[in-house]
Parts: sequence; structure tokens; C-alpha cells
Amino acid sequence: MKPRPFDYVRPDTIDEAVAVLAEYGEEARVLAGGQSLLAMLNLRLADPGVLVDITRIAALDEIRDLGDKIEVGAAVTQNRLLAWPHLTAKLPLLAAALPFVGHFQTRNKGTVCGSVAHADPSSEIPLSLAVLAGEVVLRSQRGTRVLAASAFQKDMLTTAREPDELIIAIRLPVVSGRGFAFREVARRHGDFAIIAVAALIESADETRFGVGGMSGRPVVRRIATGGGSAVHDAINQLASELEGYDDLHASAAMRRNLLRNLGPVVIEEAIRCAA
Amino acid sequence: MRRINKDQRARIRLTLNDRALSAEAEPRMLLSDFLRHSLGATGTHVGCEHGVCGCCTVLIDGAAVRSCLTLAAQAEGRDVRTVESLAAPDGTLSSLQQAFQDHHALQCGFCTPGILMSFTDYLKRNPQPSEADIREVLSGHLCRCTGYAGIVSALMAAAVHQQTSEPNRSKS
Repeated sequence: MKPRPFDYVRPDTIDEAVAVLAEYGEEARVLAGGQSLLAMLNLRLADPGVLVDITRIAALDEIRDLGDKIEVGAAVTQNRLLAWPHLTAKLPLLAAALPFVGHFQTRNKGTVCGSVAHADPSSEIPLSLAVLAGEVVLRSQRGTRVLAASAFQKDMLTTAREPDELIIAIRLPVVSGRGFAFREVARRHGDFAIIAVAALIESADETRFGVGGMSGRPVVRRIATGGGSAVHDAINQLASELEGYDDLHASAAMRRNLLRNLGPVVIEEAIRCAA
Repeated sequence: MRRINKDQRARIRLTLNDRALSAEAEPRMLLSDFLRHSLGATGTHVGCEHGVCGCCTVLIDGAAVRSCLTLAAQAEGRDVRTVESLAAPDGTLSSLQQAFQDHHALQCGFCTPGILMSFTDYLKRNPQPSEADIREVLSGHLCRCTGYAGIVSALMAAAVHQQTSEPNRSKS
């Protein structure tokens, strides 16, 4: 199908972009890569009054090394971050997760921040942002605010962004030298994950563990890794607590089973990676 | 700041296969329709229109993207390449196209233009792909005829051919 009619605005600066968002309010949708939004428009699942195309704002098309964090601007595509020469050294979890985001052809246009803005519950980038305890930088005519990942994504496709705010960047903490692992289960490589799991070693006896696709947003927990059945018990408990949900691709019970099986494998991988 | 109202038809200029072209488009016109209906470049095919099948893949500034998930207005001023750009003016097929013919990599041919454009981009970036690399990029395309085996052999052969015939190609 084809989209319903909408106005198209392509600002050249961040100031122009936030002025348009302030002018149109809830009528506006920000267009970056459009790899989710254009599909939703074509299927008429979204009906905005105006699209604000931010892809030619030069200030948003930058990857900045802030020392302890890497800031990825809102116009940076997923393949551009994947090809960033320091990715493996500074953001190894992203280096592992990004190849699972859509396909080569959609990563050429899809943006890192757009995936965070879209807030699909099983998406790889929001999960990575949550596990790394990253931040989302929002700009409006009222000023700039920085939200923790956990405060930004509230539920399925729902975030704390106000209608007049533009995500200008996300900030990903640098965690080089710590064990990590990422895995997901999908029907085909590049499809939406049924569940995605990530682990990041916190200390000798604790791992940060995140799972997407079990509830409306990524869930991050600290899991004690002190021998015996501690990890299996903790993951079992998490699976029962989160319950999962039914959709076209999998039942809630299948999601719980995937988590029970995949969770300990990923934590084990992270521990081996650290060793 | 570029602004086009919903009921307005704006003139969109772009470079298509080395030719500067323009036509009018409403904001909601998809690049796939703009190429086919307004510019007459019907080699680009439209399958699912929501980014899944890959038939409509074209190059924008050298990068393979879905033209059905791109607005014509977004391609304004850009360099767009479609399957029509691959063969030489005298009809000689590109090495990638020739490999598809040699390896029976198509039957109905509907998905072929998209696959050719994807790998025109990909083989430039990764001139020595493994079969796994090729299958991963190919996962962004649906083919209902071939079962993919012929396509994979054609792509492997094309990669080898490009390496041997263009030894100075950068390995970046």
C-alpha cells in the first residue's frame, strides 16, 4: 500500500528541527532512516501530519568519543557504526549485536537512534543500550535533557520522549576489557528477534544480564554467578516473573523456554570471554 | 529548510544512472514509484512494499537500500543507481549479471534486480566474501523460484571474477 498524505519538512539544523516539532506537536513524526516508520506508513499503521526528515542535519551525523562514553548522533546509520574502526575495542557488545539488526540493506539506511526511538521490545539496539546503562539525549526548544535508558523506554513502542523533543544522540558507556556475549533467536537471520539476550561481566561473581522480547521493554538484572545452580535458578525465576507474551512468531511459553535455555548459555559465554 | 505540503507536487531532481533527471512528486510518493512511474525506470521491481522482499533495492550514493522504504523527496539531489545501470550501452552484461545467467540464478527474474543491486554494493565493500557472508546478505531478499543455490553459486563466481579481473581493487 501507499502512505496517506503528509507534509514533508527537511530542516538543515537542529534548531530548525525542534522548531518544526514545537509547531506541529503530536502531528509530527521524526524521519531518520525510516526503516520502521516507512513500513508503518505504507501499511497505514501510522498517520502523521508531517514528517521531519533529520538525515541532512550535519551535526547529527557524527560518532563522538567522549572518553568514558561514545556518543552516536541521530543521523548515524547502523552500518556506519558497524564500520566504525573503534567499535570492537570500545563497544564490543554493539559489535556483536549490530549484525543482527535487520539486513545489510536496511542497516545502510536505518539509524542507531531510530531503533531506540521506535522502541520495539525485542530490538537489539535498545537492549544493548539498556545493558550498558546508556543514555538518550533529547533536545527541544525548552532545552536539553539526558535520560537513562531505563527511564527512556517505558513500554512496547512507548518512550518518555515528549512530542516536541528530538533525540539528538545516544551515549554508550565504554566497557572494554570486560566479558560479554549476545545471542538471539529469530525465524531467519535479520528478522525480528523472538527473544534476544545479552550478558556483561560486572565482577568475578556477578553478571549484568539483559533480555528483550519477554515484556514491553528490555529487562536488565544483576545475576550472581557463584557456582552451583545459582545462574539457572535466577534465570528460571526471571522467566516465570516476566511471563513473556504471545504473538505471531512464538507463544509466551516458548519465550520462557528460550530464555531458560539461552540465558545460562550467554552468561557462560560472557564468563569465558572474560577469562 | 525544504518544505513540501501534502497537497503540493514539488519538482524532485536527482541523478539516475549518471543522468540528471527530475519530475514532480507529492511528499508521500515512494522512491520505488517515482523511479518506475515518473522516471520510467521500470527495472526496479516492487514486491511487498514494506521492506521485506528486497525486490526494490537500489543504490543511493552507492549504498544498497530499499526504494519502497525511501520517499522520493529523501532522494532529492542524491546519486541513484538502478539495475538499468549495470549492463554496458551495447548490452554486454556486467560480470555479476553474466554470472547469474551462467549459474541459472533466476527463473522468473522478479527478485533479480534487487539482488543485483545489493551485491553491486556489497562486493565492492567485501571483495572476498565467504559463502556465509553471501548468504547473510542474501537473507535480505526473497526468491520464490530458485531455492537460492544458483544465486549463491553465481555470487561466489562473480566475487572470484571481480578479484581476478580487477587486481588493483582496494581490499578495504
